[in-house]
Amino acid sequence: MLTMLLSRLATAIPSIVGVVVVTFMLTRLLPGDPAAYFAGLAASPQAIAEVRTKLGLDKSLPEQFVAYVGDLLQGNLGNSLSTGQPVTFEIATRLPASAELTLVALLLAVAIAIPLGVLAAVKQGTWIDHLCRIVTTVGVSLPVFFTGLLFAYVFYYLLQWAPAPTGRLDIFLSPPTHITGFYLIDSALTGNAETFWAALRQLALPAISMAIFSLAPLARMTRGSMLAVLGSDFVRTARASGLAPRTVVFTYAFRNAVLPVITVLGMVFSFLLGANVLVETVFAWPGIGLYAVNALITSDYAPVQGFVLTMAVLYVTLNLAIDFVYGLVDPRVRLDS
Amino acid sequence: MLPLLRHARYVLSGNLVTGLAFGLFALFLFAAILGPALAPYNPLQSNAAMALKPPSAAHWFGTDQLGRDIFSRVLVATRLDLTIAFASVVLAFFLGALSGVAAGYFGGWTDRVVGRLADTIMAFPLFVLAMGIVAALGNEVINIVIATAIINFPLYARVARAEANVRRDAGFVEAARLSGNGEGRVLLGHILPNIMPIMMVQMSLTMGYAILNAAGLSFIGLGVRPPAAEWGIMVAEGANFIQSGEWWIALFPGLALMLAVFCFNLLGDGLRDIIDPRMRT
Repeated sequence: MLTMLLSRLATAIPSIVGVVVVTFMLTRLLPGDPAAYFAGLAASPQAIAEVRTKLGLDKSLPEQFVAYVGDLLQGNLGNSLSTGQPVTFEIATRLPASAELTLVALLLAVAIAIPLGVLAAVKQGTWIDHLCRIVTTVGVSLPVFFTGLLFAYVFYYLLQWAPAPTGRLDIFLSPPTHITGFYLIDSALTGNAETFWAALRQLALPAISMAIFSLAPLARMTRGSMLAVLGSDFVRTARASGLAPRTVVFTYAFRNAVLPVITVLGMVFSFLLGANVLVETVFAWPGIGLYAVNALITSDYAPVQGFVLTMAVLYVTLNLAIDFVYGLVDPRVRLDS
Repeated sequence: MLPLLRHARYVLSGNLVTGLAFGLFALFLFAAILGPALAPYNPLQSNAAMALKPPSAAHWFGTDQLGRDIFSRVLVATRLDLTIAFASVVLAFFLGALSGVAAGYFGGWTDRVVGRLADTIMAFPLFVLAMGIVAALGNEVINIVIATAIINFPLYARVARAEANVRRDAGFVEAARLSGNGEGRVLLGHILPNIMPIMMVQMSLTMGYAILNAAGLSFIGLGVRPPAAEWGIMVAEGANFIQSGEWWIALFPGLALMLAVFCFNLLGDGLRDIIDPRMRT
C-alpha cells in the first residue's frame, strides 16, 4: 500500500516540475519589460530599475529560475500591486470560496450524471437514452457564463426565487465563525440555520451552472461503461442464474462500470476549475478566479501568475488523488504495482 | 470515394440530428462569409437615442447600451468567432499532427519529448493555462488563437501518435520505404494522409471547444477588445444589464454562441459515425 502511494507520488513530480517551469516561462514571455509590468502603469524609470533589481530581473535566466523556485519553496508568490498584500495570503483566504463552489458543483454533477448514465444504458434506445444524449450534448455546448447569466435573470430578476448574484452571502448577514472556510460546513457546525440556508441559496445557481457544464463526460462515460459491462459474460451468467434485475444492475454491473468513470474525473476537474473562473465572474463570487480576473483587468501580474500556479498544483494533486482512489477501488491495479 | 458517400448518405438519412447539424453549419458559414454585407445596421455605429431598446421590428434583437443594433453585431461577430476557432484548430492540427506522427513513427527520444510536452500542458486545467498564456503574451486576438491551439495540442498529438504507431510497420509503409522514400517522405506522404480522416473528426470535435474557450477568454476581458463585435464580449457587456432586466443584450449573442458550439459538437459526432462506424454511440 505504501509503495503504491509512493510510486503514484513519484509520477506527479515531473508534472509539478513542468508546471513550475511553464509558470516561470509565462513571466518571461511578458510583452515588453516585466519590471515595468510589475512596477505598475505610472512608474518612473527609476522605480522600474528598482523593481528590476528587486525582482532579480537583471540576473541571468538560470539564476532567476533558481530564485523563483527558492521563493516558491518559501510560499512566496510576490505581492499584489493593487492591494500590496502578499499573493499567497490573498489566494489562501479566497481558496475556500472557490473550493466550496467547485466541490458542490462536482457533487451535483455526479449526483445527476451517474444515475442518468446508468438509466440510459439499462434502457438503451428508449426516450431516457435520447434524453441522456441531448442533456450531455447541450450541457457541453452551453457556455457556462451564459448559463449563469440566464439563471440569474430567470431565478433572480423574473421569479425572485434566488438572491442577488453578488457573492457568497447576503450583505446583511455576517459570515459564520471561521472553522474550515466553507460557509455551508461552518454554519452547520455552529448550528446557524439562517446562515446555512442563506449560503446555500447563494451557492445554488453558480453550482448548478458549473454542474451542467461538467456532467457530460461523466454521464457519457457511465453510459458507455455500463453498456460494456451489461454485455459481458458475467452479467449474462448472473441474469441466467435468475438474480433479480436490480441485483444484476447494481451489485454486479454498476460496481464494475464505475471504474472507468473515476478516470474521467480528471477531465471533469479540468472543466470545473476552468469554469470556476467564469462563474465567479458572473456571480461576483469572492474566490480565486474572480481575484485573477480582477488582477488581469488592472494588469497586476503577480496574482495572475500565482493563480495559474495554484490551480495547476491543485489539479495535479487532484489527479494524484483520483489515481490513488482508482488504485484503492480496483484490486487489479494494486496487484500490478 | 463512392462507398464513403453512400455511407455518409445512409448515416445522414438515419440520423436526423446530424443532418440538422449540417444545416446549421451551412447557416453559420453563410453568416460568416456574408454577415457584414447582410447586416442591416453598422455594428459599431452607436446611437444614444436608441439605447437599450427591446427587440422590435426595426431592431430584431434590440439595441445595446450605446444604441447599437444587436442583430447586426451578432451576425457580424460570426466571422470573427469562427475565424479564431478555426485558426486555432488548424494551428493545433499542424503542431499536434506533425509532432504526434513523428513521435509515433520514430519512437525513442522524439516520442519522449513530445509526450512530456503534452503531459505538461495536460497538467494544467486547460482554460486556466489559456488565461495565463494570453495574459503573458498580451491582449491580442492572435494570442487567443495561440493559447487555444496550445491547449488543444495534446489531444492532436496523442491521437496522431497512436495512429502513426499502429501504422509504423504496416505493409504499405514498408513498401514505401523499400521503394527508396526518405523518412520524411514516408511520414508526410504515406502515414499522414492515412490518418487524416481521424484527424478531421478530431478537428470538428475540438472546434466547439475552441469556440467556447475563445469566447470565455474574451468574456473575462482577454484578447478581443471593445468595441469589436464578438459573442463572448457581447455577453460580458450584457451581463451588466441582466440585473436590471435588459435580457436581450446578453441573450442573443449567448444563443448564437451556444448554437455554434452545439452545431460543431453534433457535427463532430456525426463525422465520427461516418468515418468510423465502430465508434457510433
